[in-house]
Formats: sequence, structure tokens, C-alpha cells
Amino acid sequence: MAEVKLLGVWYSPANHRVEWALKIKGVEYEFIEQDLQNKSPLLLESNPVHRKIPVLIHNGKPICESLIIVEYIDETFEGPSILPKDPYDRALARFWSKYLDDKVPAVVNTFFLKEEQEKAKEEVCEMLKVLDNELKDKKFLVGDNFGLADITANFVGHWLGVFQEATGVELVTSEKFPNFCAWRDEYINCSQVKEYPLPRRDELLAFVQARARAAASASASTQK
Amino acid sequence: MAGEKVKLLGYWASPFTLRVHWALKLKGIEYDYQEEDLPNKSPLILQCNPVHKKIPVLVHDGKPIAESLVILEYIEETWKHNPILPEDPYERAKARFWVKFVDDKCVPGIFGTFSKVGEEQRKIAKEARENLKILEGELGKKRFFGDTKIGFMDVAAAWIICWAQIVGEIVDIKLVDAEEMPSLVSWFQNVLEAAPVLKECTPPKDKLLEHNKGFHKMLVASAST
Repeated sequence: MAEVKLLGVWYSPANHRVEWALKIKGVEYEFIEQDLQNKSPLLLESNPVHRKIPVLIHNGKPICESLIIVEYIDETFEGPSILPKDPYDRALARFWSKYLDDKVPAVVNTFFLKEEQEKAKEEVCEMLKVLDNELKDKKFLVGDNFGLADITANFVGHWLGVFQEATGVELVTSEKFPNFCAWRDEYINCSQVKEYPLPRRDELLAFVQARARAAASASASTQK
Repeated sequence: MAGEKVKLLGYWASPFTLRVHWALKLKGIEYDYQEEDLPNKSPLILQCNPVHKKIPVLVHDGKPIAESLVILEYIEETWKHNPILPEDPYERAKARFWVKFVDDKCVPGIFGTFSKVGEEQRKIAKEARENLKILEGELGKKRFFGDTKIGFMDVAAAWIICWAQIVGEIVDIKLVDAEEMPSLVSWFQNVLEAAPVLKECTPPKDKLLEHNKGFHKMLVASAST
């Protein structure tokens, strides 16, 4: 029986963060793909409060919430550090992680929801300005090493571009956000991504497009 | 170094500022406190927290840290005595999970009950009570979440009970039900009794009530214009 199990879905950035952390530490784990339309008893039992993925189950004990899981992995397993050593740098890493994680709903709403879409779009543009300012001449979000904040940035580094292509809603251009784009282009090609790949862009694109079509036809059929 | 100057920029009525006061007091850390006049933010706040322009901000040795929970973890890692987080990684993950639950679910629910009206308010209040019941289940028979001593969840979230009671009184909707939440209803007081050092930095309930009544009047007035 695997000591470490991960309940997740391949297309989720939150799930990917956890897999990334496990791979960085060289931890062997069993990935159990979940059907979110039909949640398994194991998922419901392991995360009764939120019923969401990802959930890490280590020696039978479940840990929920992707960033909490990543910190748990860093504290539990040997291998390269995911958080910096210095308390101030750790604070910066957590600050940027929280910032990025908090923006996920706004990004999703910008591309896929009709309600409050304008408000979400404004929030995302503001986020891009902040990141563009922060990422000037920087390879990593905090310090000189790849870490927690960069893992959390998988959503803006990879998924955001896929959402743009899937929906035709273009927010990021190199004219508007040159530093962000430079960082993103490096990010997708950096050694940490080469070694522990992001979900394939073409597969993710096809998945997102199919989801967007399904959502559009569902809302069309429920409109009065 | 841990011995260098510590300054907290905050607002007296903010529970997020209170979290940081509590952590500093529990560890016996000396610090300067600067009250921010919130509508008129000081240049220091804008400089220290350019991304959010919000309090609290902790400035240690000239370096600013923003976001109350990030500050709490920083305090814990910089001043290692009187630890607030457990040693065991699984217990730490659990403590962080419950604090996130409070911030993501309970806080918006209580604030929503405070700021909305009509059917929307009733719906949010119902959800807020359900979430508080979940916390009650987790607290169980314990006096506080840290079990035998005050822990991360207590420092970060016990204030929610005091705030929920204040909001309930102002909008006349019961959020903290003593029958359904017998442990939770005493949680905030239990923490203060266990650590009297926290009382001196905790605003009295009647002062908070008056302040929030005024805030509520303002919200209602601006919603109707």
C-alpha cells in the first residue's frame, strides 16, 4: 500500500502544485484521479469540510488545501527546500503565494463567467500590473531560488495563457506587461519545469475548450 | 536579529491587527505600535505595503511584512520561544487548515451578514452559522483549539466569536447560538482568561460595538444613495 497518496485531477493548477512539490522532494506517491462530478467516498471522507481536491494522504492522514500541503511536504520530506531558509524570505514567499492564490477566482471569472466578469477583469488587470512591476529583471519571485511562490505562480505562468487561447479573451500582451511576459516565457522553459513538466498545453487547451463549450450550452439552455 | 526594533502598524478595531498584537504579547516581544488613521493612510503604510495598502504591517529591523497570517508565521519563526504552532508537521497542517477555514468561510460570512440586507443577508447568515457549527465540532470539549495551551488557531481566530456576537447584536440576527455552540461561545473569553497579557491590547467589547454600530450606519447610508 502506498504511503503517500494524492487525490487530484490532472487539469487543476492546485493539484499540480502538490505534484510539483512531491517530485522536487523525490517522494513516491500514488496519484488517484478523481471524478469531480461524482465524488469518491475516499475524497468525501478525506476532505469532509470542502470536498475538494487536492488532498494528500500520508500514512492514512489527510492534508487539504494545496499551499498547506506544499508546506507540509517541505517540512516532512528530505530533499531540496521549497521554502527559503531565512524567515524574512519565507514571509515574502508566503505573501506572494497568498497573493497569487487569492487571484485564482478572479482569473476564472474573467474567462468563464458572465456575472461580475467586468469586475473580475479589472482585478486581473490590476494583478498583471502588480506582477509586471514585481517581476522586472527577476527570474524567481523571491530570492535566487525556485520555490513556493514560483510553484503557486503555475496558474498565471501556464493556465492563464491557455485560458486566453481557449476563449479569445486577451489580457496579457508584451506591450502592456513586458516584464510579466519575459518572466512567463522563462518560466515555461526553466529547468524546474523541464524536469517536472506542467500539464501539456495542447491537452489542457482541448480540455478547457470542451469545458467552455459545455458551460456555454448549459447556460444557453437555462436562459429564459 | 530577533532583538532589533519591532513596529506594528495597525488599526485599533481591526481583528487582523489584533492577531498580531496577540502573537507579539504571547511571546513577550517589545514593540512600538502606530495607529493608522484608515481613511488617510500614512506614507509609511503605502511604502511598506504597496501591493494592498492595508494594515496590519509588521516592520522588523526596517523590513516590512504584510498579511496578518504571514506576519504570524514570521513571528513564530523569528522568536522561537513560546511556540504557537505545534511541532508535528501534520498538526501544523491541521492548525493552518482551520485558520484558513475561518478566513475563507467564517469571515466573509460574518461580514456579509453585517453588510447585506434582505434575502441575501438571511442566506449568508445561515451559511455563517453552519460554518461556525463546523468550528464547534472541531473545538469539541476543549477550552481552546491548542488543547492544553493557546495555539495558532486561538491567536488567529478566537476574535471571530466576539465579532460574530457584535454583528449579531447590530443586525439582530443570531450568529453564535449558545445552545448549538456551547464551546465556541466561550472560546474568546477562555483565551483571554488563560493569557491575561492579551487583555491589555484587546479593545473592550462595548467600544467595538459602538464603533461597528457607526460603521453599519455608514454602510446602510451609502447603500441607499
